[in-house]
Amino acid sequence: MKPVPLSYSLRNLWARRLTTALTAGGMALVVFVFAAVLMLDQGLKEALVDTGQPDNVVVIRKGSETEVQSVIERSQAALVESLPQIARGAGGLPLVSRETVVLITLAKRDGDKPANVIIRGVGPAGAALRPQLRVVEGRMFRPGSSEILVGSSIAQRFRGMGLGDAVRFGGREWQVVGIFEAGRSGFDSEIWGDADPLLQTFRRNAFSSMVFRLSDAADFPAARQILDADPRLTLEAKLERAFYADQSAMLSNFINILGLTLSVIFSVGAVIGGAITMYAAVASRTAEIGTLRALGFRRSSVMAAFMLESLLLSLLGGVAGLAAASLMQAFTISTMNWQSFSELAFSFRLTPAIAAKTLLFALGMGLVGGFMPAARAARMKIVDALRAS
Amino acid sequence: MTASFFKLIVLNAARHRLRAGLTVLGMVVAILAFGLLGTVVDAWYAGAEGAAANRLVTRSSISLVFPLPLSYKERIRAVDGVRDLSWANWFGGIYKEPKNFFPQFAVDGESYFRLYPEFVVGENAMRDFLRDRKGCIVGRKLADVHGFKVGDTLTLKGTLYPGNWDFVIRGIYDGARKGTDQSQMFLHWAYLNETVKARMPGRADNVGVFIAEVERADQVAAVSQAIDREFANSRAETLTETEKAFALGFVAMTEAIVVAIRIVSYLVIFIIMAVMANTMAMTARERTAEYATLKALGFSPSFVAAMICGESLMLALGGGLIGVALTFPVAAAFAARMGTLFPVFNVSESTVLLQFGCALTVGVVAAILPMRRVARLSIVDGLRAVG
Repeated sequence: MKPVPLSYSLRNLWARRLTTALTAGGMALVVFVFAAVLMLDQGLKEALVDTGQPDNVVVIRKGSETEVQSVIERSQAALVESLPQIARGAGGLPLVSRETVVLITLAKRDGDKPANVIIRGVGPAGAALRPQLRVVEGRMFRPGSSEILVGSSIAQRFRGMGLGDAVRFGGREWQVVGIFEAGRSGFDSEIWGDADPLLQTFRRNAFSSMVFRLSDAADFPAARQILDADPRLTLEAKLERAFYADQSAMLSNFINILGLTLSVIFSVGAVIGGAITMYAAVASRTAEIGTLRALGFRRSSVMAAFMLESLLLSLLGGVAGLAAASLMQAFTISTMNWQSFSELAFSFRLTPAIAAKTLLFALGMGLVGGFMPAARAARMKIVDALRAS
Repeated sequence: MTASFFKLIVLNAARHRLRAGLTVLGMVVAILAFGLLGTVVDAWYAGAEGAAANRLVTRSSISLVFPLPLSYKERIRAVDGVRDLSWANWFGGIYKEPKNFFPQFAVDGESYFRLYPEFVVGENAMRDFLRDRKGCIVGRKLADVHGFKVGDTLTLKGTLYPGNWDFVIRGIYDGARKGTDQSQMFLHWAYLNETVKARMPGRADNVGVFIAEVERADQVAAVSQAIDREFANSRAETLTETEKAFALGFVAMTEAIVVAIRIVSYLVIFIIMAVMANTMAMTARERTAEYATLKALGFSPSFVAAMICGESLMLALGGGLIGVALTFPVAAAFAARMGTLFPVFNVSESTVLLQFGCALTVGVVAAILPMRRVARLSIVDGLRAVG
């Protein structure tokens, strides 16, 4: 069996340029939406899941889903600090941080819109527990002072949050002394300060959460068991990565469900467009198909040639859509994460897996849209087809 | 003349039944998707739409997470122009699973329902609710989604207030208007406060927001400034804004999502425009010889162009009409599946108008290229053309 040459399908696409461009353009838009959704979800996952270190543990009050809702009394904090599984850092100090996490409402740069921003007061070991955190401008805050460190996403997006600016909240002026980056993680959307002055400002005497490093990541079940068994503690411990993955679950679900439903609905439109084009291609080349068959090409070869044409068309749309979607990597989305009720910035991230999925999706559309027309071409009788004008 | 013109258009469109059918189907899908997305965006703004012009919300100036002392009650009431006052706390309980989210407010029953006449509660139910410390009132939609009946006990797992909390449903409220949120739950602030006082004395007598009713709507700006001035430089400074601004503040926080949905809803129109333009381009190309014949017979170029435009409009509006008609049942089914996530989910008139506008635009734009080509076509070239 001899296949119809590839150049036949290619030249046909070129011969009807307007139609090819319109059909591929429609598919490209669908592919663009599909890829953008996957990229956005990937960006969100990277932002939140990578916020956590594999051997860090977050402790919050039982039943409170987020750090903001949680309360840990000082007496409970002392008990957590006595866990034997906690790693020791430089100078033999335990790597554990008592943190206070609250939300403050700040105005964004564009249009003064309000947004809730996490402000995190950390203990002396707070920065050491997050090695991804780097101060890129200015310096670290001094312990016990009214100095704050601002995440890069906050510095860019919020009014009066640049280096050297003074911010007023809780009846006190706070000096921005540094800007930090934390590798696109959720910390980039936070403001950091020393826990003690922040507690005083907010008139609290209890902490929100505690974070500690395990000396061995395998010790987590043992540490959790000690915390669970102590009747004085109504706390729950989670590995930091799992904790942040839970925080993103709702937003991630929303993006996925909405985005994929849309992609499916839109792909119906694009498949219809592809089918119309291919039906027209078959109808206008009836005599040609008859000639191909008379030359000895089999039904299956004719079918393959038209399927190939449809697949090429969708591949064209797929590549164009993916190229447009890859430009989206330059954009950052900033929205409220429902679970933590706070602002979170994340960007579109393109990975090879997403690119592969997207192209497969495009080819799938070509397959579905091209099947019926190709089958019609293959079923034609030689004599009838040759007679067609 | 006109009758035969329309007949010609209909017959022309019916020549390629499969192609016309597929095009209309694509149009239906696109207009339906556009309508649903528009309705989702509307649902986002529903809270702000339902806000009254003469109600002010006072909260901590730091953020909603910080409470205000109950003692502010008398001082706000004393501000000139304030007619009535109530207060509420966000309870933040989980009913069985986090995905069953619905808003719960601990309120001062008597004054709260006086300030919110849009929540309509029967007289007997109201009396039962006020009498029962552990009573609660739920919205009609919420009751329908979870099958709540008056007298049922509802258990919530507290996230802000630890422990399991039992409430007895004493009444179900209806919305006074179609756009009223019927998915909320109200419990007694006094009961919450008592329990908190016993378990965590430090957090007692805290109020999340005060809601003040102003005598005249044109006083809101002056009154909100007067309230904030009252508490300036105090332990807990306040921020007072109209209920609408308060609700829009929440929308603004998730604005990126709304913007994305808007963009996507116009993308679908572009997709269908490409499909439709393709159909019309193919149709016109196949009929080049016919158009030349018509011109040779003395029909004006504008007549031929009108024929193409008419066919395009017929397909687009036909699909658009079916799409609009389908939007209503599909939106209702979608709202039922989403439960209380979108408290208000109604297809608005402006959405329907936009759907028709888009169908019209697609029909016209799709016809432009073939129309231009045919109008410029010289008769000799056209007669020579092979479809």
